[in-house]
Amino acid sequence: MSQHPAAGTAVRLRDASIGYGDVPIVSRVDLTVRYGEALAVLGSNGSGKTTLARGLLGLAPVLGGEVELLGAPVGRLRERGRVGYVPQRHTVSGAVPATVREVVAVGRLARLGLFRRLGAADRAAVGEAVAAVGLADRMEEPVASLSGGQQRRVLVARALAAQPELLIMDEPTAGVDAASQDALAAVLARVSATGTTLLVVTHETGPLSGVLTRAVVVDHGRIRYDGPLAGADAAAGPGRHDHCGPPAEPAGTGYRLDQPTVTTGSRGSR
Amino acid sequence: MEVLEYGFMQRALLASLMVGLVAPAVGIFLVQRRLSLLGDGLGHVALTGVAVGVLTSTAPVGAALVAAVLGAVLIELIRARGRTSGDVALAVLFYGGIAGGVVLLSLAPRGQATNLDAYLFGAITTTAPADLAVFAVITVLVLAVVGLLGQRLYAVSDDEEYARAVGLPVLALNVLLAALVAATVVLSMRVVGLLLISALMIVPSAIAQLLARSFRQALYLACAIGLVVSLSGTTASYYTGTPSGGTIVLLAIALFLLVSLGVALRDLTAHRRHHRRGDVHAAHPHEHGAGCGHEPVPHGDHVDYDHDGHRHAPHLTGAGVHYDEHGDQAAAPASPGRGAE
Repeated sequence: MSQHPAAGTAVRLRDASIGYGDVPIVSRVDLTVRYGEALAVLGSNGSGKTTLARGLLGLAPVLGGEVELLGAPVGRLRERGRVGYVPQRHTVSGAVPATVREVVAVGRLARLGLFRRLGAADRAAVGEAVAAVGLADRMEEPVASLSGGQQRRVLVARALAAQPELLIMDEPTAGVDAASQDALAAVLARVSATGTTLLVVTHETGPLSGVLTRAVVVDHGRIRYDGPLAGADAAAGPGRHDHCGPPAEPAGTGYRLDQPTVTTGSRGSR
Repeated sequence: MEVLEYGFMQRALLASLMVGLVAPAVGIFLVQRRLSLLGDGLGHVALTGVAVGVLTSTAPVGAALVAAVLGAVLIELIRARGRTSGDVALAVLFYGGIAGGVVLLSLAPRGQATNLDAYLFGAITTTAPADLAVFAVITVLVLAVVGLLGQRLYAVSDDEEYARAVGLPVLALNVLLAALVAATVVLSMRVVGLLLISALMIVPSAIAQLLARSFRQALYLACAIGLVVSLSGTTASYYTGTPSGGTIVLLAIALFLLVSLGVALRDLTAHRRHHRRGDVHAAHPHEHGAGCGHEPVPHGDHVDYDHDGHRHAPHLTGAGVHYDEHGDQAAAPASPGRGAE
């Protein structure tokens, strides 16, 4: 986990509000992430954690305050290829088949401007990215033939192909089998070791707890906790209540046991 | 060949060659974006352009091109504003275009409006040498743009949000694609007719999508299929005396049904074979697992077991545990430790 303490900031939010239309989902947030940090953005559904990430990516408008990315205001960052993005998507497959190589090559386009074609160095970067997620032997296969977990790894490879300085991921481990989660953790550990800044939006830190070091907990559009990952559970667990959760089950009824109920105090969905 | 002896048939075949090649080259991006009906919508807008051309006695094809490109840009701007879905924007364009065309043409002097049939259903045998020149220019333009920017167009069609996040000029690329579609619509208008253009853009791509393994393969295959159905449809219509546009589209759809059937049969037999192999192992003495005596081999997101030189990937079916045969490709460097015992 190499960090660059004095090398400036990868992300800086100052009194920032982000939302849709005129409605701020994230309001008046301050956050600074240094280069090389590995940050978890935690929060329950609807807390605003995804909106925060989308604001950084220019996908949700900044309604107030300042949002800086790699030293530039978010709207004015020229080389967007320096920021990698893994969206919250379970599958890659579009209507027309595409191979792993074709999907990952799209990630590299961000580095090439409008007209330049992929050169030898670009193709090498694509190959490295696919190898990094352990799918080198599936390079020429249609992505639709891969399992869900493998397709998520293709999306990670697509982001890595641009060799980003900042990697923003939205729920990379949600709905992914344990083996793919472990593979993902190993990839992120390696990426982080090369100095890439990680910002991972997630509701479960378990699979990535060996990689992520710092956490912020977003709640109702504000940052409730900012500190070491280990302390985030305490902030996100007891002492908080859930406005939307089901009422506590009276002991002994048990008729809803087969339904996914929210367990109070779990590190999961909080 | 008798068909080649007439000048009008030579021009007809040349025109269908160009249309057959170009229509699927842009159509495949529409299929990928799930906007398959965009071509049809723009065709209706082009109709308003044709009407304006007839009314003002200017070139209807030129007016149609202007109208269709304007419509294309409009639809992308509406989509980009985000308040109206592409689907609704398309529908408004679709109906507005045909209503505008009908109303404007009703204002034309008597006798003029009968020309409309040629635009609606195509009359490839009336292709004039000057038309061929226009077709050639649009063909070169479309193929050049797809050759130069095809990968970007794919990126935007595949995952628009990702393309925006990494800084690709999404709106510009979308407008460009829509303008290409508009140009192709106008190009194809005389050959297959406004009402059938969308079919020639979409159906070859739909066939290619069933057969191809990669996007590049699908693109080439769609163009080849478009070329073949367009040429053979035009030739067939000469002998049968049927309208060329309808004949081309019916041929394409027949091919689509045939390929769909073939693919369904292939999947079915693969499924059967899979189950027959399952029967072989019905007498499998044990379930693979830790310490079963067979070497575990991590493979992607699961573990295969080396079983007398072939790999077993256990999965549960209704009839119990079933073993897929997984090839002898090198095992992926999967999770450390998982299943390694």
